[in-house]
Amino acid sequence: MATVLETVGLEKRFGGLVATSDFNFKLEGGERHALIGPNGAGKTTLINQLTGVLPPTAGKVLLMGEDITHLRPDQRVRRGLARTFQINQLFLQLTPLETIALAVTERMGHGNSWWRPVGSRAGITDEVAEIAGRFHLGDVLGEKTISLPYGRQRLLEIAVAFAARPRVLLLDEPAAGVPESERHDILAAVAELPREVTVLLIEHDMDLVFSFAERITVMVNGAQLTAGTVDEVSHDPRVRAVYLGEADHG
Amino acid sequence: MTKSELNPAVANGLKARQRWHPAEVVFWLIAFSSYFLLPGKHLILNEIAILALFAISLDLILGYAGIVSLGHAAFLGFGAYAAALFAKHINPDPLIGLAFGTITTTLLGFITSFLVLRGNDLTRLMITLGVALLLNELANQLGWLTGGADGLQGVEMAPLLGMFRFDMFGRTAYAYSLITLFVMFLIARRISYSSFGLSLNAIRDNSLRASAIGIPVNRRLIAIYTIAASFAGVAGSLMAQTSQYASLDVLSFEKSADVMLVLVIGGAGYLYGGMIGAVVFKILQDWLSALTPQYWHFWIGLILVIIVLIGRERMSQGVAGIVASFKRKTPAAPGPAAKAEG
Ligand SMILES: Nc1ncnc2c1ncn2[C@@H]1O[C@H](COP(=O)(O)OP(=O)(O)O)[C@@H](O)[C@H]1O
Ligand SMILES: [Mg+2]
Repeated sequence: MATVLETVGLEKRFGGLVATSDFNFKLEGGERHALIGPNGAGKTTLINQLTGVLPPTAGKVLLMGEDITHLRPDQRVRRGLARTFQINQLFLQLTPLETIALAVTERMGHGNSWWRPVGSRAGITDEVAEIAGRFHLGDVLGEKTISLPYGRQRLLEIAVAFAARPRVLLLDEPAAGVPESERHDILAAVAELPREVTVLLIEHDMDLVFSFAERITVMVNGAQLTAGTVDEVSHDPRVRAVYLGEADHG
Repeated sequence: MTKSELNPAVANGLKARQRWHPAEVVFWLIAFSSYFLLPGKHLILNEIAILALFAISLDLILGYAGIVSLGHAAFLGFGAYAAALFAKHINPDPLIGLAFGTITTTLLGFITSFLVLRGNDLTRLMITLGVALLLNELANQLGWLTGGADGLQGVEMAPLLGMFRFDMFGRTAYAYSLITLFVMFLIARRISYSSFGLSLNAIRDNSLRASAIGIPVNRRLIAIYTIAASFAGVAGSLMAQTSQYASLDVLSFEKSADVMLVLVIGGAGYLYGGMIGAVVFKILQDWLSALTPQYWHFWIGLILVIIVLIGRERMSQGVAGIVASFKRKTPAAPGPAAKAEG
């Protein structure tokens, strides 16, 4: 499989704090990759640099071999790189229907159309219905996002990113803060993502990480501690010491 | 729930968004019948229609895209001077002048749009305020062109369509302004239900996420700021043409504050708020300034404080349920297929 997303010597400093340090990392096409590490390790900061929300202090980001380090977030999305947020970033006054329809319309390149109503184009309805069904949002399509239960908002968070039909999808703790009873829907939706989408998952639940991922990268203090298959990483004593120890009381 | 079960709900839900609500139809029937039912009030009705259009313009950036402005009169005033000067020196035809006033104001909107891209609400307030003050002082200094503090005199309009003279009772004026308001409203409404309009709401709600679904945020903001300027340019042109006069107060801070007040009264983000607010504002202004000519702003100020404290939503629900039904109609509930628990 070809490399779809790659960082070369990525570095990010917030004043004196090094949040990303000489980070070299590769995502292979179609793989399920987990990024783990204790809180504050720099996982979200890495995602922010990959997606263009934060400029790196040094280093490069390559998508399909193209240097995208200096592209805006929306340009990266149109090249096939989408993400979800650890803390919900949704359009609270819109409905899931409007949100998903908008995301689909933007992906099709019609977002600029100021005359034709949303949904008047062929194909949009089908695709919105498909996405709503996939993420179990069919029964709340017409409700304002702000009034949805948190678990549904988390599902919408993934649905919106998925609507961009990304080649690479970065999921930043998709089940964070979701009560146990609602986790299943979210994890199932993540597990059922189509195989052609390459997925990078940030998650603290080790059982989930081990069942979902093929490869794991462990990040500590902004640097890569180790990377490898699930087997390799789960038997690495350094990982057990640094990460699993932390997770027990974090 | 499968995709084919959801399909009708999605299709209906998207279609229902832009469907005309009966209350909207009633609103416009009342607006047009006012022309015939209130023949003695055409002058103030004309002012209301122009203020309503100006408020729609502000609503497009404030209610839809979340851009705050304390200097929106810059565009109203620029349109007014452009139309007045055009009529005086180049061509007195109202429609050609309207086009000229609109196009030039649109250009001004485009140029100044780059100033509001960066920064937070506070910097935007300061920048828009600054631009308006700047234009106001410019118009004051260019007395040879604008008439300075005396205002631009000697503007004479040709009859509308070569047939309808602008009479002193405002008959032609109100018909002209009302029809223009309606046409501009239809355009604004169309924009608001387009994918472009929806993307503005998305930017207003969360610009970080908007860019994360591929929306070029700055370009959309430039576009709507420019469009809003052209709407204000139309309002300004109408104002100058129907009064055959332009003066510095069209560029004043007071005008910018008034239109903000209109949106506070009527509510932002659904187009009708600007129009309802304009009616209420003008009636209040008329009534209060008859009551206490010098101090009517005191009362307007008091009302503003009350509205903000009590909350416009609750008040409008109390005063008239119909206002509430105008508000962002919650898109129609999904069809029966979608209601069943999935
Ligand atoms: N915008 C920022 N400004 C300053 N420090 C930041 C910023 N974002 C993150 N940090 C710091 O960078 C470190 C990594 O944070 P983060 O990427 O959120 O970690 P993780 O997602 O792994 O929990 C933390 O110490 C955090 O406080
Ligand atoms: Mg994080």
